[in-house]
Amino acid sequence: MSIRHGLLALLERGPRYGSQLRTEFESRTGATWPLNVGQVYTTLGRLERDGMVAQSGEDDAGHALYTITEAGREELRTWFERPVDRTSPARDELAIKLAMAVGASGVDIRAVIQSQRRHTVKAMQDYTRLKFQAISALEGGGRQERDDVAWLLVLEQLIFQTEAEARWLDHCEARLIRLSLAAARSGPTAAATPAASTAVTASTTSTTSAPATAHDAVATPTATPEPTAEVGRTPRR
Amino acid sequence: MSERSQQAQQPVLQLQQLTRVHGSGATEVHALRGIDLDVFPGELVAVMGPSGSGKSTLLTIAGGLDSPTSGRVIVENTDITSGDRKVLSALRRRSIGYVFQDYNLIPALTAAENVALPRELDGVSARKARVEALAALEEMELGHLADRFPDEMSGGQQQRIAIARALVGDRRLVLADEPTGALDSETGESVLALLRARCDAGAAGVLVTHEPRFAAWADRVVFLRDGAVVDQTVRSDADSLLTGQAGQR
Repeated sequence: MSIRHGLLALLERGPRYGSQLRTEFESRTGATWPLNVGQVYTTLGRLERDGMVAQSGEDDAGHALYTITEAGREELRTWFERPVDRTSPARDELAIKLAMAVGASGVDIRAVIQSQRRHTVKAMQDYTRLKFQAISALEGGGRQERDDVAWLLVLEQLIFQTEAEARWLDHCEARLIRLSLAAARSGPTAAATPAASTAVTASTTSTTSAPATAHDAVATPTATPEPTAEVGRTPRR
Repeated sequence: MSERSQQAQQPVLQLQQLTRVHGSGATEVHALRGIDLDVFPGELVAVMGPSGSGKSTLLTIAGGLDSPTSGRVIVENTDITSGDRKVLSALRRRSIGYVFQDYNLIPALTAAENVALPRELDGVSARKARVEALAALEEMELGHLADRFPDEMSGGQQQRIAIARALVGDRRLVLADEPTGALDSETGESVLALLRARCDAGAAGVLVTHEPRFAAWADRVVFLRDGAVVDQTVRSDADSLLTGQAGQR
């Protein structure tokens, strides 16, 4: 996450001091990524070293004020124009965990999936409740503060992210069932593939007792995801 | 709705050890295997699970549209699975509202007439039923649709009318089977927002869906697999914390 560019974006609106930047950063993002004031000053120090900001005296209360420089504005413009890199993804603990659970002895991968699904859906419930409140507030006729709008966008990003994860978990489960069925159909030799044998041991009740059910389960999670972003759109009653 | 006030109330819907077996012998399929579920006033419960997990069977039995092989369905303190059929069908009609994926409004009736119909079937005069229907539509900010016919409304509008119809009069249990299935995601959200608001106003709702985004509007999410509840989310302790955070916004 780019604290550096976040601070430049705030300074673009005028000179500010360190703890003020911290407060504004957090209110813009709903404190989703809390900053400590040390991080802010370290980052300001680096920006100053790189010529992106300059100290510009003190305010009445004696806080050291920072101002964005022309080089800083240029850096900020470039940042807004350049897409965020998605080709070298950050390490994802859940993906690593499931990858390690495949074929691991004594691990019920479907239980791992379900416990994560409960947690992820729970998080979605919380975010959705906050979103409902945020939208009600924005539609309540009050002034649409840019911090409130920004917070709504961040919240909705969290909802989209958790939704993608919940769908992926459904997909993983269906995939494992499908592989275990395929392995069972083609006899004991094919069951030697690691993924398939994991699925066989992992799916305790479903695949053996109700083949029709397990087959159906494969179909559902492949439902088309909705590509349209609805960020900023508001449900009406 | 707080946890405490919820517990003080009787559940609107109780499912007790519900089982449903289709067929027999070699072709026997256990669609439901001992489901227990209570739904309280003010609560929206989402039931999630893959196709074939039993979620639609659960809803049709909860609504009295199908009978369980064993177990009980108790709606407003009355067991709807046993007793005089005439009495029970009247009870089901009066206490349970349904919302289906394909809206099921009557095409020859306007929105207001569709909403008034259950009340007329309750024995309320046509005039009074219409007044109540208009009041219900107004309360749900749907008053402007009162005189439209179903084919003059969008899918989302029809579905919101269907929710109004499900909860007209003193009905306070709504059973919704994939109500957003035929809607785009934004319209689906507006339908869920209405359902959420009706539950916040005191109704009890059961929502069957395979979409996590829509399930997330519920107070509680129940996960069904192979006819059994395998897991559920509980209202988190973090709720007040998160709400407090939102309060600062």
